[in-house]
Amino acid sequence: MKRQTVTHRLRFLLLFSRQGKLRLQKWFVPTSEREKKKVIRDMIMLVLPRQPRTCNFLQWKDLKIVYKRYASLYFCAGLEEHDNELLALEVLHRYVELLDKYFGNVCELDIIFNFEKAYFILDEFLMGGEVLETSKFAVNVSMEQADTLQETMEEYMSKPAY
Amino acid sequence: MPAVSKGDGMRGLAVFISDIRNCKSKESEVKRINKELANIRSKFKGDKALDGYSKKKYVCKLLFIFLLGHDIDFGHMEAVNLLSSNKYTEKQIGYLFISVLVNSNSDLIRLINNAIKNDLASRNSTFMNLALHCIANVGSREMAEAFASEIPRILVAGDTMDSVKQSAALCLLRLNRTSPDLVPMGEWTARVVHLLNDQHLGVVTAATSLITTLAQKSPDDFKTSVSLAVARLSRIVTSASIDLQDYTYYFVAAPWLSVKLLRLLQCYPPPEDTSLRSRLTECLETILNKAQEPPKSKKVQHSNAKNAVLFEAIALIIHHDSEPNLLVRACNQLGQFLQHRETNLRYLALESMCTLASSEFSHEAVKTHIETVINALKTERDVSVRQRAVDLLYAMCDRSNSKQIVAEMLSYLETADYSIREEIVLKVAILAEKYAVDYTWYVDTILNLIRIAGDYVSEEVWYRVIQIVINRDDVQGYAAKTVFEALQAPACHENLVKVGGYILGEFGNLIAGDPRSSPLVQFNLLHSKFHLCSVPTRALLLSAYIKFINLFPEVKGTIQDVLRSDSQLRNADVELQQRAVEYLRLSCIASTDILATVLEEMPPFPERESSILAKLKKKKGSSKLPDMDDSRKNVNGSTEHAEDAEVASKSLPSRYSAPLLFFSVPQPPQFLLEELISTDRPHPSSSATMLPTRTMVPSHTFTDDLSVNSAPSSGASLLVDVFSDFSSAAPTEGSDEHFPRFVCKNNGIIYENQLLQIGLKSEYRQNLGRMYVFYGNKTSTQFLSFSTSVSSNNVLGPQLNVQEKPVDPLIEAGAQVQQILNIECVSDFSDAPILNIQFRYGGTLQNIAVKLPVMLNKFFQPTEMTSQDFFQRWKQLGAPQQEVQKIFKAKNQMDTDVSKAKLLGFGVALLDGVDPNPANFVGAGIIHTKTTQVGCLLRLEPNTQAQMYRLTLRTSKESVSQRLVELLSEQF
Repeated sequence: MKRQTVTHRLRFLLLFSRQGKLRLQKWFVPTSEREKKKVIRDMIMLVLPRQPRTCNFLQWKDLKIVYKRYASLYFCAGLEEHDNELLALEVLHRYVELLDKYFGNVCELDIIFNFEKAYFILDEFLMGGEVLETSKFAVNVSMEQADTLQETMEEYMSKPAY
Repeated sequence: MPAVSKGDGMRGLAVFISDIRNCKSKESEVKRINKELANIRSKFKGDKALDGYSKKKYVCKLLFIFLLGHDIDFGHMEAVNLLSSNKYTEKQIGYLFISVLVNSNSDLIRLINNAIKNDLASRNSTFMNLALHCIANVGSREMAEAFASEIPRILVAGDTMDSVKQSAALCLLRLNRTSPDLVPMGEWTARVVHLLNDQHLGVVTAATSLITTLAQKSPDDFKTSVSLAVARLSRIVTSASIDLQDYTYYFVAAPWLSVKLLRLLQCYPPPEDTSLRSRLTECLETILNKAQEPPKSKKVQHSNAKNAVLFEAIALIIHHDSEPNLLVRACNQLGQFLQHRETNLRYLALESMCTLASSEFSHEAVKTHIETVINALKTERDVSVRQRAVDLLYAMCDRSNSKQIVAEMLSYLETADYSIREEIVLKVAILAEKYAVDYTWYVDTILNLIRIAGDYVSEEVWYRVIQIVINRDDVQGYAAKTVFEALQAPACHENLVKVGGYILGEFGNLIAGDPRSSPLVQFNLLHSKFHLCSVPTRALLLSAYIKFINLFPEVKGTIQDVLRSDSQLRNADVELQQRAVEYLRLSCIASTDILATVLEEMPPFPERESSILAKLKKKKGSSKLPDMDDSRKNVNGSTEHAEDAEVASKSLPSRYSAPLLFFSVPQPPQFLLEELISTDRPHPSSSATMLPTRTMVPSHTFTDDLSVNSAPSSGASLLVDVFSDFSSAAPTEGSDEHFPRFVCKNNGIIYENQLLQIGLKSEYRQNLGRMYVFYGNKTSTQFLSFSTSVSSNNVLGPQLNVQEKPVDPLIEAGAQVQQILNIECVSDFSDAPILNIQFRYGGTLQNIAVKLPVMLNKFFQPTEMTSQDFFQRWKQLGAPQQEVQKIFKAKNQMDTDVSKAKLLGFGVALLDGVDPNPANFVGAGIIHTKTTQVGCLLRLEPNTQAQMYRLTLRTSKESVSQRLVELLSEQF
């Protein structure tokens, strides 16, 4: 008998607004630009019209879609067949917590203006579609460490805007 | 400027983002972006060296623009420069840009690898983590090659920081997925398994992911991980919720690690060691027990995390499928969830029960929930939950409850969401067939399906009902009566007309005794639908009519009138016209005996597995994303049948599948059996080819041309199967002797043997090409099952895309068919794709492999330039690795005009008067690939005395120079 290779990881993570504007996209497997556009479009079309208080899981092609709305933003993850939906929901939640801890009362604007930070925080938390560090404390320590390596405010203010 | 920036926020970036947000229209956004791009481009090109901060800011702006959905074609080099900055923030932006924008074939990969190498060696954990993230994000083969040996060392080294170990484990996992051959674990195995004992839970979590993936590939090597995983799991489930400090999530101890450990254990059968086994059972029982305890928190996060572990434990219990006690407990737990107020839990319980239903221990327990599930189908507000309920009903169906379940599904179908109707139809059709005790129920069910959801009844479903009716005498009369009644409805679905036409054409005589369904009534009923139907259905009805002429001589005149009418004989559709003409002639000329032979009842179909299963399976996994594993277990446990059926439907010319292709493949009519009948049968005088000789084969009056040319005898399907098994063993004949001839030309014969000649015509523009391949059958016998495929090796695969258009599966004797290949050059390459051809000739399978002459130089765009320009660029490309030179002996006569023609054919522009020596040739061109363009300069110096040439190529890319020299030097 051929052994089954059961895979379970995130394929992608998308953040989009209620107006259907994409705010963040992370792909954990190589995906062509065309395929990405298609997935993004499909996800937005699939998730936005859903009624509140329905189930957070969907089947889309061979993927499980797990999504959750936080204020004006939808967090939407594509999971492989055998991944755990409930835990994926908590992956989304933990990511929101991490953003919140870093930005302090995070809102959509924080993610728009500091998109690079949102990516960095995600990188501290997930790698290749697997959870890298589940401890909020550890992630925050490393984000703070990173921030101390940044330049000072004076350095920053003295730089030209263009 | 908005005050939302934090930390090192770049002011220019924030201003830019806020400008974009203020844009009122798409046009003004594009305008603003173009302005910014022009600004950045001028900064990057400017003479003044940019400081790190500015570089970082501009790179970040480019990234933002890219993420908005615009193309970015510059700035990569600046991003790579940032990698070697010693400022963390600059490095970080550089890596982010690379991760998002650099695809695996980039020219820059070598530079990037260098930077990564430095960071990995830096012993600075922050830098090392950045580098590992970059490897995991890009994950290309080149990176795997460069770092596959280094990362395991970092992972197991004693002095590596914990956070780096975590990254290294997952990075290794990522590389193992894309390039498993490059990540041999051999010597590291024991030490990696040992990481399960690590004190740091973060390290254990990451390592468990890695080990799970490795254990799936080589379970024996990682067997020792089972006992460690059980021990670890046991410690977690028995710990007080605060013991694990930061790894406790909303009062649940290390949920991520628990789930991963439970998943690792799903790679193995239940442990054989009894004490280990009982320890694991204890763990699972504890997890089940905890589900009954009152929650420690009201937060949804708490219950989610707790239930995530519970569901994973149930998955393990189902996987082991060995402890009836646990299975029943799991089933009861899921039963509770079925009625839970949380929609998510109801959804998951339905999903999980599907797999539980396939276990013999728990099948009965699952069945007790049937009323709840049916209720869910009726009352759930969310379509995705209802879909799960349908899945579960399908999975729990057996002989005892099939009637109830099919009836419920049918009644749900009337109101079901359009998105899931087709799937429900397939499921009902499968269940009705599988559990049919008497086939009248089956026929009723399928006709109901067509009535309720005719649009969603695919061909497979109605083909199948016809096959079954034809194969079972006991149901034929009933079927005829039932379709006759169903057709009475004023509006009936076209699929019903098809089934009705077919069945009455075959078995209408069985009900003709009743005056209410006399032959004329039957005919009038069918014909009343005729004008409302599409062409394929009308064609089928015409066949039914000719069958009627045989069954009921009394309606012959009426039917002949219909066939004779202008709307048939002069129909604009060739197929209809032809059928009408042929059937009319047949009915006039042939004697009753001949008619009876020709139009005899269809013989039984060979018993094969239903292709509906294959269809269902295909539907479930349709249009996968790349890199998806194919061998997932089918949830409804029908894998084995589905696989059979898929094979069956793929082996196209089998007798079984031939009728399934009725109408679906447009094919010009062919009269292959003509000689078969011309000898001993009365030959119609008018025109031999006008007579549908296919109708002379008694078995296939109803089937289309296809079935005749593919399988005239009932033994054919067996043969096909024999050959398809045989095909892998058949020797492959190959050739690439003609390959070099195509370097400087685009058309010609690429392959020829006694049977087959392959000619090519190709055209290229920039990085795209189109190749017309002509396959000529040189023999006097047809080629059957002709198929082709283009394959590339691993290296070439991502560099060159070749897409084949379909090719005719049949090549007539002496005929030629054409196939189009579309080609896209993604990046420079040196291998050639292989065209594999397979067909059957006189009973043997032929395999031929031909190297397709797609070479790098095909993507040349000639460039004219002045002598001054040429020398200036020549000097710019002076680095040693950019130049490749070869001195070689002339193989052919050294003729200036011939050489000129060859160089032009090679694709470069010849530049006259550039080289001081008029005997020398100088050329220039640009190689277009999707990712980059590579400028190429060329110089060919003949030495007639020595009969030698010196060829020099200078391009910006070493591999390109190298390949072009290889190709061109063989031509002189």
